Amino acid sequence: MSDQPAIKTENLGRIYKIRGAKKGEARQRVALADVNLEVPRGEFFGLLGPNGAGKTTLIKILTTLLAPSTGRAFVAGYDVARQPQEVRPRINMVSGGESSGYGLLTVRENLWMFGQFYGLDTKTTYARIDELLQIVGLADRARTKTSDLSTGLRQKMNIVRGFLTDPEVIFLDEPTLGLDVGASRDIRHFVRRWMDDRPGRTVLLTTHYMVEADELCDRVAIINNGRVLACDSPANLKRRLQREAIFKLEVSPLRNGVLAAFEQLPGVRKVVHSPQDGRSELDLILEADEALGGVVTALNTHGAHILNLQKREPTLEDVFVDLVGMSMTEAEKAGEQELMGG
Amino acid sequence: MSTLITTRPPDRGWRLFVRTIVARAYPRVIGQQREKAWIFFETFLPFLATVGYIYVYRAIQAPEDYIGFVVMGGAMTAFWLNVIWAMASQLYWEKESGNLALYIMAPNSLMAILLGMALGGMLATCLRALVITVLGTLLFGISFAVSSYFQLFAVFVLTMAALYGLGMLLASLFLLWGREAWQIATALQEPVYFISGFYFPVKSFGFAVALAASVLPLTLGMDAMRQLVFASGPSLGFLSVEVEIAILSVLAVVFIAAAKFWLDFMERKAIEEGTLTDRRR
Ligand SMILES: Nc1ncnc2c1ncn2[C@@H]1O[C@H](COP(=O)(O)OP(=O)(O)OP(=O)(O)O)[C@@H](O)[C@H]1O
Ligand SMILES: [Mg+2]
Repeated sequence: MSDQPAIKTENLGRIYKIRGAKKGEARQRVALADVNLEVPRGEFFGLLGPNGAGKTTLIKILTTLLAPSTGRAFVAGYDVARQPQEVRPRINMVSGGESSGYGLLTVRENLWMFGQFYGLDTKTTYARIDELLQIVGLADRARTKTSDLSTGLRQKMNIVRGFLTDPEVIFLDEPTLGLDVGASRDIRHFVRRWMDDRPGRTVLLTTHYMVEADELCDRVAIINNGRVLACDSPANLKRRLQREAIFKLEVSPLRNGVLAAFEQLPGVRKVVHSPQDGRSELDLILEADEALGGVVTALNTHGAHILNLQKREPTLEDVFVDLVGMSMTEAEKAGEQELMGG
Repeated sequence: MSTLITTRPPDRGWRLFVRTIVARAYPRVIGQQREKAWIFFETFLPFLATVGYIYVYRAIQAPEDYIGFVVMGGAMTAFWLNVIWAMASQLYWEKESGNLALYIMAPNSLMAILLGMALGGMLATCLRALVITVLGTLLFGISFAVSSYFQLFAVFVLTMAALYGLGMLLASLFLLWGREAWQIATALQEPVYFISGFYFPVKSFGFAVALAASVLPLTLGMDAMRQLVFASGPSLGFLSVEVEIAILSVLAVVFIAAAKFWLDFMERKAIEEGTLTDRRR
């Protein structure tokens, strides 16, 4: 089965029943719809999307923890719903903020335990644990009780747990969630290095950090509301915005409602407003440089002062805005409101 | 990392099953050495209750063997506490901590995880039960008259199999009930002490009640052990030891089979509905 792609999904969908839904409320939620992906072996693949986009749902299906409602999914050539016993020995998963294992055990003992669940003999397990702990910089904590670890060190242990079994396909669900800059960087370096050292191994990473997707992934699928909107290399995705001009503007605080008017201006594709303390930040996606004049004039009419103006290269965030029509933060807010029935 | 040392391919099948049991039993056995406070409470509290009964029996001048009955009851209490608090509510706790998802995702079977939990808990508790027995024997001068070591061993093993089988069944049932499980566990604790005759022979309940109480493995287990260990045991016994052994065997098989059935059902349900592996819901 090693000629099969690492991951393949066909019209994959998942609908959750909502328990205890009151009259008039939705009884089910479409978390994933019509997902068609193919990830070849050896690829570092990213899933980028806001909260509630369906990233974890997709990972749960691929790791045999959740049944698809429609369509099919294959990992390492095996059907996740029909042949979970073939899929399971070949995969592993690490999630952000997970608290797996037992606090009373030491780091080394916890890792040994999880290795046993995959049938590794004790000698191999300890040799790998010591090697991997060394690489993530946790070797001096091998005999620390797990409950005494900080969040960052804890997550490094979880990472070692996932890679310990040398999986053909590893699923990383927001592995750097809530970590400080240093720990996040260590984890990113570790995964990158593992990929370089073990050709043919596949990583599927979900994240809502743009930089993470951009820096690590060979290809990225942008997902929102359960649907994959685009799937390509970060460079190609950004190339879609090549003809557009992107500006970052800092202005004195703007009143609400002014923005809608800006988007009506000729040549303005999209304006994302992020209010800051004492000022407003605007990201403008324009069809061409010339449209900037109109925006500046409009700002003047509204009595706003320009504090800073910068032209910049497109990021994956801009790609998301271009595809969805709003920023990731706005998409998350919209999703929450929908859930609250607003 | 380019090396990732491999000496031989990972085990599958029954070897993996055994590895999983041992690995899951490990934290239970180790845990009790690390948390000295647990040992204290789980040994000392049952012992205290035992001592209370002993003084009552001495005060009312009950037959001397009753003191032995109570010490044995106290020792067995440790196992019931372990089943209620560390087995029945355990899978629910594993779900909350995210372990359950990892256990389902691993190539082992959940049954091996449950068996490991049971085995580890049993071993750890044996030590406590032993301490209670030794202390009670020395402090209150209990005299034993073992009639058959072989039967005694068989009864103990079967009682443990049935009791922990029940624990495994409760564990997968409690997974369905979630938080209410804690209240159920608390509610079950005392009535079971009473109904299964921890501190007096169940024969005193009369046949019908004693028979109903026999659904709990400890009832017949303790009754048979008392008959085998104390001189006056047989005269106070409920059914003959042979019959009790037969019933205990049936209970062990039924509970373990039911646990397996429920566990498979829960795993399927978890995967269908997506609720059980989710910490937030
Ligand atoms: N068990 C469940 N029952 C009902 N709805 C669910 C369940 N699990 C997830 N959902 C809903 O399905 C949608 C997708 O959720 P999912 O967890 O897959 O998103 P995500 O992209 O991983 O988000 P996050 O960044 O918050 O982790 C959300 O609207 C979520 O509320
Ligand atoms: Mg998620």
